[in-house]
Amino acid sequence: MADFDQELDASGLNCPLPILRAKKTLNGMDAGQVLHVIATDPGSVKDFDAFAKQTGNDLMESKEEGGKFHFLIKKS
Amino acid sequence: MDEKKLAIIATKGSLDWAYPPFILASTASALGYETQIFFTFYGLQLLKKKLSLEVTPLGNPGMPMPMGMDKWFPVLGLALPGMQGMMTSMMKQKMKSKGVASVEELRELCQEAEVKLIACQMTVDLFDMDQKEFIDGVEYAGAAAFFEFAGESDICLYI
Repeated sequence: MADFDQELDASGLNCPLPILRAKKTLNGMDAGQVLHVIATDPGSVKDFDAFAKQTGNDLMESKEEGGKFHFLIKKS
Repeated sequence: MDEKKLAIIATKGSLDWAYPPFILASTASALGYETQIFFTFYGLQLLKKKLSLEVTPLGNPGMPMPMGMDKWFPVLGLALPGMQGMMTSMMKQKMKSKGVASVEELRELCQEAEVKLIACQMTVDLFDMDQKEFIDGVEYAGAAAFFEFAGESDICLYI
């Protein structure tokens, strides 16, 4: 997994909390910085894809590893 | 990019129906929508400082019942005193165990995200409610004010 600037563990949280927490964390970050989100909600895969498309942030990576979902989002 | 707008009318005051308006509004805000929720009739219960929302199995054949209770309790059994309270606490427990946010938490997230919460003044008067019962930050207005925003909205939902 590539480098990231901040990490957000949203394990155990269900829709829409992972997205809301990610948005809040991104608000406090600078453009170009990368956020690593860890989630266990299977719905978050499609949700983070949709979130990135609609907010213009770049979803650099989306993968499942060890039963958890990992997302790398670069703030636009 | 012009900001998109979401207008929601929330008309229901039960625990299960409290979720859609707050989930959709908070998510829309995270996606960059300007969002308003207009609370009318029973929907006003969702704005109370102290929420006492319940869920009822009555008249709701789609509600999944724990432990096959629907087979043991015919419709009349579901009307027994205490049944609603029991279903409510079971639902809350289930939500907690699945990591679903509480209504209070989602409502706070909406307020943090500057979702505009508007209470229907007519219903407040109709039910002799007091503005002191409601959370801070609520605006009070009527149908015309709703249309001012809804008429410009990209999505408008009646819940």
